[in-house]
Amino acid sequence: MDSSSRTRLSSITSKVIMALAGLFLVMFLLVHLGINLLLLANDGGQSFTAAAGFMATNQVIKIFEVVLFGGLLVHMFIGVAVSFRNRASRPVRYQHKSMSETSPLSRYMFHSGIIVFIFLVLHFIDFYFVKLGLVAPPAGVERHDFYRRSILLFSDKGYSAVYLVSFIFLGFHLNHAVQAAFQTIGMNHNKYIGTIKVASILYAIIVASGFMVIPFWFILFR
Amino acid sequence: MIFTLKIWRQKNAADKGGLVTYKVEDISADSSFFEMLDILNQQLIAQGVDPVAFDHDCREGICGTCSLYINGRPHGPLKGVTTCQLHMRSFRNGETIFVEPWRCGAFPVIKDLIVDRSAFDKIIQSGGYVSVNSGGIPDANTIPVPKPDSDAAFDAAACIGCGACVASCPNASAMLFVSSKVSHLALLPQGRVEAERRVQKMVSTMDSLGFGNCSNTYACEAECPKEISVVNIARMNREYLAAKIFAEKEKQISFSL
Repeated sequence: MDSSSRTRLSSITSKVIMALAGLFLVMFLLVHLGINLLLLANDGGQSFTAAAGFMATNQVIKIFEVVLFGGLLVHMFIGVAVSFRNRASRPVRYQHKSMSETSPLSRYMFHSGIIVFIFLVLHFIDFYFVKLGLVAPPAGVERHDFYRRSILLFSDKGYSAVYLVSFIFLGFHLNHAVQAAFQTIGMNHNKYIGTIKVASILYAIIVASGFMVIPFWFILFR
Repeated sequence: MIFTLKIWRQKNAADKGGLVTYKVEDISADSSFFEMLDILNQQLIAQGVDPVAFDHDCREGICGTCSLYINGRPHGPLKGVTTCQLHMRSFRNGETIFVEPWRCGAFPVIKDLIVDRSAFDKIIQSGGYVSVNSGGIPDANTIPVPKPDSDAAFDAAACIGCGACVASCPNASAMLFVSSKVSHLALLPQGRVEAERRVQKMVSTMDSLGFGNCSNTYACEAECPKEISVVNIARMNREYLAAKIFAEKEKQISFSL
Protein backbone atom coordinates (compact mmCIF):
# COMPACT_ATOMS: atom_id res chain seq x y z
CA MET A 1 0.00 0.00 0.00
CA ASP A 2 1.27 3.47 -0.77
CA SER A 3 2.08 6.01 1.91
CA SER A 4 -0.95 8.25 1.33
CA SER A 5 -3.38 5.46 2.22
CA ARG A 6 -1.53 4.88 5.48
CA THR A 7 -1.73 8.49 6.55
CA ARG A 8 -5.42 9.02 5.88
CA LEU A 9 -8.47 6.88 6.48
CA SER A 10 -9.54 4.72 3.56
CA SER A 11 -12.82 5.51 1.83
CA ILE A 12 -14.61 2.57 3.45
CA THR A 13 -13.17 3.14 6.94
CA SER A 14 -14.24 6.78 6.95
CA LYS A 15 -17.72 5.84 5.76
CA VAL A 16 -18.11 3.14 8.41
CA ILE A 17 -16.99 5.46 11.22
CA MET A 18 -19.45 8.07 9.96
CA ALA A 19 -22.24 5.49 9.80
CA LEU A 20 -21.59 4.16 13.32
CA ALA A 21 -21.39 7.68 14.78
CA GLY A 22 -24.60 8.51 12.92
CA LEU A 23 -26.39 5.42 14.25
CA PHE A 24 -25.40 6.44 17.79
CA LEU A 25 -26.92 9.90 17.18
CA VAL A 26 -30.03 8.16 15.86
CA MET A 27 -30.44 6.33 19.20
CA PHE A 28 -29.85 9.55 21.14
CA LEU A 29 -32.54 11.40 19.17
CA LEU A 30 -35.15 8.92 20.43
CA VAL A 31 -34.13 9.58 24.05
CA HIS A 32 -34.20 13.33 23.42
CA LEU A 33 -37.62 13.08 21.77
CA GLY A 34 -38.97 11.06 24.70
CA ILE A 35 -37.90 13.75 27.15
CA ASN A 36 -39.17 16.62 25.01
CA LEU A 37 -42.61 15.03 24.70
CA LEU A 38 -42.87 15.37 28.49
CA LEU A 39 -43.28 19.11 27.78
CA LEU A 40 -46.80 18.25 26.68
CA ALA A 41 -47.69 16.77 30.10
CA ASN A 42 -50.09 19.06 31.88
CA ASP A 43 -48.17 19.16 35.15
CA GLY A 44 -46.47 22.54 35.04
CA GLY A 45 -43.26 20.99 33.74
CA GLN A 46 -42.69 18.67 36.71
CA SER A 47 -41.97 15.49 34.74
CA PHE A 48 -39.95 17.33 32.09
CA THR A 49 -37.79 19.03 34.72
CA ALA A 50 -37.28 15.73 36.53
CA ALA A 51 -36.14 14.04 33.29
CA ALA A 52 -33.89 16.98 32.35
CA GLY A 53 -32.44 16.92 35.86
CA PHE A 54 -31.71 13.21 35.57
CA MET A 55 -29.95 13.74 32.22
CA ALA A 56 -27.85 16.56 33.71
CA THR A 57 -26.74 14.79 36.91
CA ASN A 58 -26.63 11.03 36.29
CA GLN A 59 -23.00 9.83 36.07
CA VAL A 60 -23.63 7.24 33.32
CA ILE A 61 -25.41 9.87 31.21
CA LYS A 62 -22.47 12.22 31.76
CA ILE A 63 -20.11 9.66 30.24
CA PHE A 64 -22.50 9.21 27.31
CA GLU A 65 -22.59 12.99 26.90
CA VAL A 66 -18.87 12.91 26.07
CA VAL A 67 -19.44 10.00 23.65
CA LEU A 68 -22.33 11.90 22.09
CA PHE A 69 -20.33 15.08 21.48
CA GLY A 70 -17.43 12.98 20.19
CA GLY A 71 -19.78 11.11 17.84
CA LEU A 72 -21.35 14.33 16.60
CA LEU A 73 -17.97 15.93 15.92
CA VAL A 74 -16.62 12.83 14.18
CA HIS A 75 -19.79 12.53 12.05
CA MET A 76 -19.62 16.18 11.00
CA PHE A 77 -15.86 16.29 10.47
CA ILE A 78 -15.70 13.14 8.31
CA GLY A 79 -18.88 14.19 6.49
CA VAL A 80 -17.35 17.51 5.46
CA ALA A 81 -13.96 15.96 4.62
CA VAL A 82 -15.54 13.23 2.46
CA SER A 83 -17.82 15.76 0.72
CA PHE A 84 -14.83 17.89 -0.26
CA ARG A 85 -12.88 14.84 -1.46
CA ASN A 86 -15.91 13.72 -3.47
CA ARG A 87 -16.26 17.09 -5.14
CA ALA A 88 -12.57 17.11 -6.05
CA SER A 89 -12.90 13.73 -7.77
CA ARG A 90 -14.76 15.37 -10.69
CA PRO A 91 -12.74 18.49 -11.54
CA VAL A 92 -14.55 19.08 -14.88
CA ARG A 93 -18.31 18.88 -14.45
CA TYR A 94 -21.01 17.86 -16.95
CA GLN A 95 -22.78 20.49 -19.07
CA HIS A 96 -26.08 18.62 -18.93
CA LYS A 97 -27.57 18.06 -15.49
CA SER A 98 -27.79 14.48 -14.27
CA MET A 99 -30.98 12.66 -15.26
CA SER A 100 -30.14 9.45 -13.38
CA GLU A 101 -33.02 8.07 -11.35
CA THR A 102 -32.00 8.43 -7.71
CA SER A 103 -33.74 9.47 -4.54
CA PRO A 104 -33.40 13.29 -4.55
CA LEU A 105 -32.84 13.33 -0.78
CA SER A 106 -29.76 11.11 -1.05
CA ARG A 107 -27.98 13.70 -3.20
CA TYR A 108 -28.41 16.50 -0.68
CA MET A 109 -27.19 14.92 2.56
CA PHE A 110 -24.44 17.53 2.88
CA HIS A 111 -26.97 20.37 2.49
CA SER A 112 -29.56 18.93 4.89
CA GLY A 113 -26.69 18.23 7.29
CA ILE A 114 -25.62 21.89 7.18
CA ILE A 115 -29.18 23.03 8.01
CA VAL A 116 -29.30 20.63 10.96
CA PHE A 117 -25.88 21.93 12.05
CA ILE A 118 -27.10 25.56 11.98
CA PHE A 119 -30.07 24.55 14.12
CA LEU A 120 -27.72 22.77 16.52
CA VAL A 121 -25.66 25.95 16.94
CA LEU A 122 -28.84 27.87 17.85
CA HIS A 123 -29.89 25.03 20.12
CA PHE A 124 -26.57 25.06 21.98
CA ILE A 125 -26.72 28.83 22.43
CA ASP A 126 -30.29 28.58 23.72
CA PHE A 127 -29.83 25.67 26.11
CA TYR A 128 -26.46 24.03 26.62
CA PHE A 129 -24.37 27.22 26.83
CA VAL A 130 -27.01 28.78 29.08
CA LYS A 131 -26.76 25.78 31.39
CA LEU A 132 -22.97 26.02 31.44
CA GLY A 133 -23.27 29.75 32.21
CA LEU A 134 -21.53 30.82 28.99
CA VAL A 135 -24.64 32.62 27.74
CA ALA A 136 -26.83 34.70 30.02
CA PRO A 137 -30.38 33.31 30.39
CA PRO A 138 -33.31 35.64 29.53
CA ALA A 139 -34.66 37.79 32.34
CA GLY A 140 -36.66 35.87 34.91
CA VAL A 141 -35.45 32.41 33.88
CA GLU A 142 -33.01 30.49 36.04
CA ARG A 143 -30.23 28.96 33.89
CA HIS A 144 -31.10 25.37 34.83
CA ASP A 145 -34.81 25.89 34.17
CA PHE A 146 -35.14 24.25 30.72
CA TYR A 147 -38.94 24.07 31.00
CA ARG A 148 -39.53 27.83 31.19
CA ARG A 149 -36.79 28.41 28.62
CA SER A 150 -38.60 26.06 26.20
CA ILE A 151 -41.99 27.64 26.76
CA LEU A 152 -40.51 31.10 26.24
CA LEU A 153 -38.88 30.02 22.96
CA PHE A 154 -41.95 28.25 21.60
CA SER A 155 -44.14 31.26 22.35
CA ASP A 156 -41.96 33.10 19.80
CA LYS A 157 -43.49 32.40 16.36
CA GLY A 158 -40.21 33.16 14.57
CA TYR A 159 -38.30 30.65 16.65
CA SER A 160 -41.02 28.04 16.14
CA ALA A 161 -40.82 28.54 12.36
CA VAL A 162 -37.03 28.05 12.34
CA TYR A 163 -37.52 25.01 14.54
CA LEU A 164 -40.13 23.45 12.26
CA VAL A 165 -38.10 24.01 9.08
CA SER A 166 -34.99 22.54 10.73
CA PHE A 167 -36.86 19.40 11.70
CA ILE A 168 -38.28 18.93 8.21
CA PHE A 169 -34.68 18.86 6.96
CA LEU A 170 -33.63 16.60 9.83
CA GLY A 171 -36.38 14.24 8.66
CA PHE A 172 -35.02 14.34 5.09
CA HIS A 173 -31.52 13.66 6.42
CA LEU A 174 -32.64 10.75 8.62
CA ASN A 175 -34.81 9.16 5.94
CA HIS A 176 -31.75 8.46 3.83
CA ALA A 177 -29.25 8.25 6.69
CA VAL A 178 -30.54 5.20 8.53
CA GLN A 179 -30.87 2.92 5.50
CA ALA A 180 -27.56 4.21 4.08
CA ALA A 181 -25.77 3.52 7.37
CA PHE A 182 -26.86 -0.12 7.24
CA GLN A 183 -25.68 -0.40 3.63
CA THR A 184 -22.32 1.12 4.63
CA ILE A 185 -21.67 -1.29 7.48
CA GLY A 186 -22.40 -4.08 5.01
CA MET A 187 -25.96 -4.96 6.00
CA ASN A 188 -27.78 -5.12 2.69
CA HIS A 189 -29.46 -8.40 1.94
CA ASN A 190 -32.68 -9.30 0.14
CA LYS A 191 -33.98 -10.88 3.34
CA TYR A 192 -34.11 -7.69 5.38
CA ILE A 193 -33.25 -4.65 3.21
CA GLY A 194 -36.97 -3.98 2.71
CA THR A 195 -37.54 -3.94 6.47
CA ILE A 196 -34.55 -1.62 6.97
CA LYS A 197 -35.86 0.79 4.32
CA VAL A 198 -39.36 0.91 5.83
CA ALA A 199 -37.92 1.26 9.35
CA SER A 200 -35.69 4.09 8.16
CA ILE A 201 -38.63 6.01 6.67
CA LEU A 202 -40.82 5.38 9.73
CA TYR A 203 -38.04 6.45 12.08
CA ALA A 204 -37.52 9.70 10.13
CA ILE A 205 -41.26 10.46 10.15
CA ILE A 206 -41.66 9.63 13.85
CA VAL A 207 -38.65 11.67 14.98
CA ALA A 208 -39.31 14.69 12.76
CA SER A 209 -43.05 14.85 13.43
CA GLY A 210 -42.56 13.99 17.11
CA PHE A 211 -40.40 17.05 17.64
CA MET A 212 -42.63 19.19 15.42
CA VAL A 213 -45.76 18.35 17.42
CA ILE A 214 -44.40 20.33 20.37
CA PRO A 215 -44.41 23.88 18.91
CA PHE A 216 -47.79 23.19 17.23
CA TRP A 217 -49.20 22.12 20.58
CA PHE A 218 -47.89 25.27 22.25
CA ILE A 219 -49.29 27.48 19.46
CA LEU A 220 -52.70 25.79 19.50
CA PHE A 221 -53.28 25.01 23.18
CA ARG A 222 -51.28 27.50 25.24
CA MET B 1 -35.51 11.74 -38.11
CA ILE B 2 -33.72 15.03 -37.50
CA PHE B 3 -31.50 15.72 -34.49
CA THR B 4 -29.51 18.62 -33.12
CA LEU B 5 -26.35 17.29 -31.48
CA LYS B 6 -24.31 19.15 -28.90
CA ILE B 7 -21.10 17.18 -28.79
CA TRP B 8 -18.06 17.72 -26.57
CA ARG B 9 -15.05 18.42 -28.82
CA GLN B 10 -11.57 18.49 -27.32
CA LYS B 11 -8.40 18.23 -29.43
CA ASN B 12 -6.26 16.55 -26.78
CA ALA B 13 -5.85 16.14 -23.02
CA ALA B 14 -4.40 19.64 -22.65
CA ASP B 15 -7.11 21.39 -24.72
CA LYS B 16 -9.91 23.12 -22.80
CA GLY B 17 -12.64 21.78 -25.09
CA GLY B 18 -16.30 22.77 -25.44
CA LEU B 19 -19.68 21.79 -26.85
CA VAL B 20 -20.09 22.07 -30.64
CA THR B 21 -23.53 21.97 -32.28
CA TYR B 22 -24.18 19.74 -35.31
CA LYS B 23 -27.31 18.84 -37.26
CA VAL B 24 -28.06 15.40 -38.71
CA GLU B 25 -30.97 14.64 -41.03
CA ASP B 26 -32.60 11.56 -42.63
CA ILE B 27 -31.69 9.35 -39.68
CA SER B 28 -33.59 6.05 -39.55
CA ALA B 29 -35.38 5.42 -36.26
CA ASP B 30 -33.83 1.96 -36.33
CA SER B 31 -30.24 3.10 -36.70
CA SER B 32 -28.13 2.73 -33.62
CA PHE B 33 -26.68 5.73 -31.79
CA PHE B 34 -23.26 4.89 -33.22
CA GLU B 35 -24.60 4.54 -36.75
CA MET B 36 -26.03 8.02 -36.33
CA LEU B 37 -22.58 9.25 -35.18
CA ASP B 38 -21.00 7.39 -38.13
CA ILE B 39 -23.31 9.33 -40.48
CA LEU B 40 -22.32 12.58 -38.77
CA ASN B 41 -18.64 11.69 -39.12
CA GLN B 42 -19.07 10.95 -42.84
CA GLN B 43 -20.57 14.45 -43.21
CA LEU B 44 -17.67 15.97 -41.26
CA ILE B 45 -15.06 14.11 -43.32
CA ALA B 46 -16.76 15.32 -46.53
CA GLN B 47 -16.54 18.88 -45.17
CA GLY B 48 -12.87 18.39 -44.30
CA VAL B 49 -13.57 18.61 -40.56
CA ASP B 50 -11.91 16.27 -38.04
CA PRO B 51 -14.49 13.53 -37.24
CA VAL B 52 -15.77 13.06 -33.67
CA ALA B 53 -13.62 10.54 -31.77
CA PHE B 54 -15.57 8.04 -29.65
CA ASP B 55 -14.84 4.61 -28.17
CA HIS B 56 -16.55 1.50 -29.54
CA ASP B 57 -15.56 -2.06 -30.29
CA CYS B 58 -17.95 -5.03 -30.33
CA ARG B 59 -21.17 -3.05 -30.86
CA GLU B 60 -22.92 -6.05 -29.27
CA GLY B 61 -23.21 -4.70 -25.71
CA ILE B 62 -20.68 -7.09 -24.21
CA CYS B 63 -17.20 -5.54 -24.38
CA GLY B 64 -17.55 -2.44 -22.22
CA THR B 65 -15.60 -0.23 -24.61
CA CYS B 66 -18.33 2.25 -25.47
CA SER B 67 -19.21 5.10 -23.17
CA LEU B 68 -20.90 8.52 -23.78
CA TYR B 69 -22.87 10.60 -21.29
CA ILE B 70 -26.05 11.25 -23.28
CA ASN B 71 -28.57 13.85 -22.07
CA GLY B 72 -27.37 13.52 -18.47
CA ARG B 73 -27.23 9.73 -18.39
CA PRO B 74 -24.38 7.29 -19.08
CA HIS B 75 -25.27 5.10 -22.09
CA GLY B 76 -28.36 7.24 -22.72
CA PRO B 77 -32.01 7.01 -21.70
CA LEU B 78 -32.56 3.23 -21.94
CA LYS B 79 -32.11 1.08 -18.84
CA GLY B 80 -29.73 -1.87 -18.85
CA VAL B 81 -28.04 -1.25 -22.22
CA THR B 82 -24.74 0.11 -23.44
CA THR B 83 -24.63 3.02 -25.90
CA CYS B 84 -24.02 0.62 -28.82
CA GLN B 85 -27.39 -1.03 -28.07
CA LEU B 86 -29.21 2.30 -28.01
CA HIS B 87 -31.29 3.18 -31.07
CA MET B 88 -32.57 6.50 -32.34
CA ARG B 89 -36.19 5.38 -31.74
CA SER B 90 -35.44 6.11 -28.06
CA PHE B 91 -35.33 9.83 -28.91
CA ARG B 92 -37.99 12.27 -30.09
CA ASN B 93 -37.77 13.57 -33.65
CA GLY B 94 -36.10 16.99 -33.60
CA GLU B 95 -34.66 16.44 -30.11
CA THR B 96 -31.46 18.14 -28.99
CA ILE B 97 -29.02 15.54 -27.72
CA PHE B 98 -26.07 16.39 -25.44
CA VAL B 99 -23.14 14.00 -25.84
CA GLU B 100 -20.31 14.29 -23.31
CA PRO B 101 -17.39 12.12 -22.20
CA TRP B 102 -17.33 10.37 -18.79
CA ARG B 103 -16.33 12.97 -16.20
CA CYS B 104 -13.94 11.91 -13.45
CA GLY B 105 -10.49 13.12 -12.44
CA ALA B 106 -9.25 9.54 -12.72
CA PHE B 107 -10.62 9.30 -16.31
CA PRO B 108 -8.84 12.12 -18.19
CA VAL B 109 -10.19 12.98 -21.65
CA ILE B 110 -7.81 11.85 -24.41
CA LYS B 111 -9.76 13.32 -27.32
CA ASP B 112 -13.38 14.43 -27.82
CA LEU B 113 -15.51 11.69 -26.21
CA ILE B 114 -12.70 9.23 -25.46
CA VAL B 115 -11.45 9.01 -21.89
CA ASP B 116 -8.53 7.05 -20.48
CA ARG B 117 -10.02 4.31 -18.30
CA SER B 118 -6.71 2.63 -17.44
CA ALA B 119 -7.40 3.54 -13.79
CA PHE B 120 -9.74 0.51 -13.83
CA ASP B 121 -6.90 -1.68 -15.16
CA LYS B 122 -4.69 -0.51 -12.28
CA ILE B 123 -7.38 -1.55 -9.79
CA ILE B 124 -7.68 -4.97 -11.44
CA GLN B 125 -3.90 -5.39 -11.49
CA SER B 126 -3.75 -4.71 -7.77
CA GLY B 127 -5.97 -7.67 -6.85
CA GLY B 128 -8.46 -8.81 -9.47
CA TYR B 129 -6.92 -12.23 -10.04
CA VAL B 130 -6.73 -15.70 -8.49
CA SER B 131 -3.65 -17.90 -8.18
CA VAL B 132 -4.02 -21.36 -9.73
CA ASN B 133 -1.82 -24.41 -9.92
CA SER B 134 -0.06 -24.98 -13.19
CA GLY B 135 -0.18 -28.42 -14.80
CA GLY B 136 -3.00 -30.46 -16.24
CA ILE B 137 -6.54 -29.21 -16.70
CA PRO B 138 -8.57 -29.97 -13.55
CA ASP B 139 -11.81 -31.92 -13.94
CA ALA B 140 -14.96 -29.83 -14.10
CA ASN B 141 -16.73 -29.38 -10.75
CA THR B 142 -13.72 -30.59 -8.76
CA ILE B 143 -14.35 -27.75 -6.34
CA PRO B 144 -18.00 -27.67 -5.25
CA VAL B 145 -19.60 -24.21 -5.32
CA PRO B 146 -22.98 -23.62 -3.62
CA LYS B 147 -25.55 -22.66 -6.28
CA PRO B 148 -26.65 -19.38 -4.59
CA ASP B 149 -23.00 -18.28 -4.33
CA SER B 150 -22.35 -19.20 -7.93
CA ASP B 151 -25.43 -17.21 -9.02
CA ALA B 152 -24.36 -14.14 -7.03
CA ALA B 153 -20.77 -14.40 -8.30
CA PHE B 154 -22.04 -14.68 -11.86
CA ASP B 155 -24.24 -11.59 -11.45
CA ALA B 156 -21.23 -9.63 -10.17
CA ALA B 157 -19.01 -11.01 -12.94
CA ALA B 158 -21.40 -9.53 -15.53
CA CYS B 159 -19.57 -6.20 -15.00
CA ILE B 160 -17.96 -5.16 -18.29
CA GLY B 161 -15.89 -2.38 -16.72
CA CYS B 162 -17.37 0.39 -18.88
CA GLY B 163 -17.28 2.99 -16.10
CA ALA B 164 -20.94 4.08 -16.26
CA CYS B 165 -21.06 3.75 -12.45
CA VAL B 166 -18.28 6.33 -12.09
CA ALA B 167 -19.84 8.56 -14.75
CA SER B 168 -23.27 8.61 -13.10
CA CYS B 169 -22.11 8.90 -9.48
CA PRO B 170 -22.37 12.45 -8.11
CA ASN B 171 -19.04 11.74 -6.38
CA ALA B 172 -17.37 9.93 -9.32
CA SER B 173 -16.99 6.90 -7.07
CA ALA B 174 -15.80 3.57 -8.49
CA MET B 175 -17.30 1.48 -5.70
CA LEU B 176 -19.81 -0.43 -7.84
CA PHE B 177 -17.03 -1.50 -10.23
CA VAL B 178 -14.58 -2.45 -7.48
CA SER B 179 -17.25 -4.19 -5.42
CA SER B 180 -18.43 -6.28 -8.38
CA LYS B 181 -14.85 -7.47 -8.95
CA VAL B 182 -14.34 -8.12 -5.22
CA SER B 183 -17.69 -9.95 -4.95
CA HIS B 184 -17.20 -12.02 -8.07
CA LEU B 185 -13.97 -13.51 -6.69
CA ALA B 186 -14.76 -13.50 -2.96
CA LEU B 187 -17.94 -15.56 -3.45
CA LEU B 188 -16.06 -18.44 -5.08
CA PRO B 189 -13.76 -20.89 -3.23
CA GLN B 190 -11.01 -20.26 -5.79
CA GLY B 191 -11.03 -16.59 -4.82
CA ARG B 192 -11.09 -17.03 -1.04
CA VAL B 193 -7.34 -17.69 -0.82
CA GLU B 194 -6.49 -14.07 -1.64
CA ALA B 195 -9.80 -12.51 -0.56
CA GLU B 196 -8.45 -10.57 2.44
CA ARG B 197 -5.47 -9.16 0.60
CA ARG B 198 -7.48 -8.50 -2.55
CA VAL B 199 -10.15 -6.27 -1.03
CA GLN B 200 -7.60 -4.18 0.86
CA LYS B 201 -5.34 -3.73 -2.15
CA MET B 202 -8.15 -2.92 -4.57
CA VAL B 203 -9.75 -0.39 -2.22
CA SER B 204 -6.38 1.18 -1.52
CA THR B 205 -5.64 1.49 -5.24
CA MET B 206 -9.13 2.88 -5.89
CA ASP B 207 -8.58 5.54 -3.19
CA SER B 208 -5.11 6.47 -4.42
CA LEU B 209 -6.37 7.04 -7.98
CA GLY B 210 -8.68 9.82 -6.83
CA PHE B 211 -12.14 8.27 -7.22
CA GLY B 212 -14.76 9.70 -4.85
CA ASN B 213 -16.47 7.99 -1.94
CA CYS B 214 -19.90 6.33 -2.05
CA SER B 215 -22.75 8.40 -0.60
CA ASN B 216 -25.41 5.76 -1.29
CA THR B 217 -27.37 7.63 -3.98
CA TYR B 218 -27.40 4.39 -6.04
CA ALA B 219 -27.15 6.27 -9.34
CA CYS B 220 -24.59 3.58 -10.30
CA GLU B 221 -27.12 0.76 -9.91
CA ALA B 222 -29.72 2.74 -11.88
CA GLU B 223 -27.29 3.33 -14.78
CA CYS B 224 -25.25 0.11 -14.89
CA PRO B 225 -25.83 -1.48 -18.33
CA LYS B 226 -25.48 -4.90 -16.66
CA GLU B 227 -27.80 -3.84 -13.79
CA ILE B 228 -25.30 -4.81 -11.11
CA SER B 229 -26.72 -4.37 -7.62
CA VAL B 230 -25.37 -2.17 -4.82
CA VAL B 231 -25.66 -5.27 -2.63
CA ASN B 232 -22.13 -5.86 -3.95
CA ILE B 233 -20.94 -2.61 -2.34
CA ALA B 234 -22.30 -3.79 1.01
CA ARG B 235 -20.50 -7.11 0.47
CA MET B 236 -17.24 -5.29 -0.34
CA ASN B 237 -17.62 -3.21 2.84
CA ARG B 238 -18.13 -6.43 4.85
CA GLU B 239 -15.13 -8.07 3.21
CA TYR B 240 -13.02 -4.98 3.85
CA LEU B 241 -14.03 -4.64 7.50
CA ALA B 242 -13.55 -8.36 8.12
CA ALA B 243 -10.10 -8.21 6.53
CA LYS B 244 -9.10 -5.12 8.53
CA ILE B 245 -10.39 -6.44 11.85
CA PHE B 246 -10.03 -10.22 11.72
CA ALA B 247 -7.33 -11.13 9.16
CA GLU B 248 -4.69 -13.49 10.53
CA LYS B 249 -1.19 -12.06 10.68
CA GLU B 250 1.71 -13.91 9.11
CA LYS B 251 4.11 -15.32 11.71
CA GLN B 252 7.43 -13.52 11.73
CA ILE B 253 10.10 -16.13 12.29
CA SER B 254 13.52 -14.85 13.23
CA PHE B 255 16.52 -17.07 12.62
CA SER B 256 19.63 -16.88 14.72
CA LEU B 257 22.70 -18.74 13.61
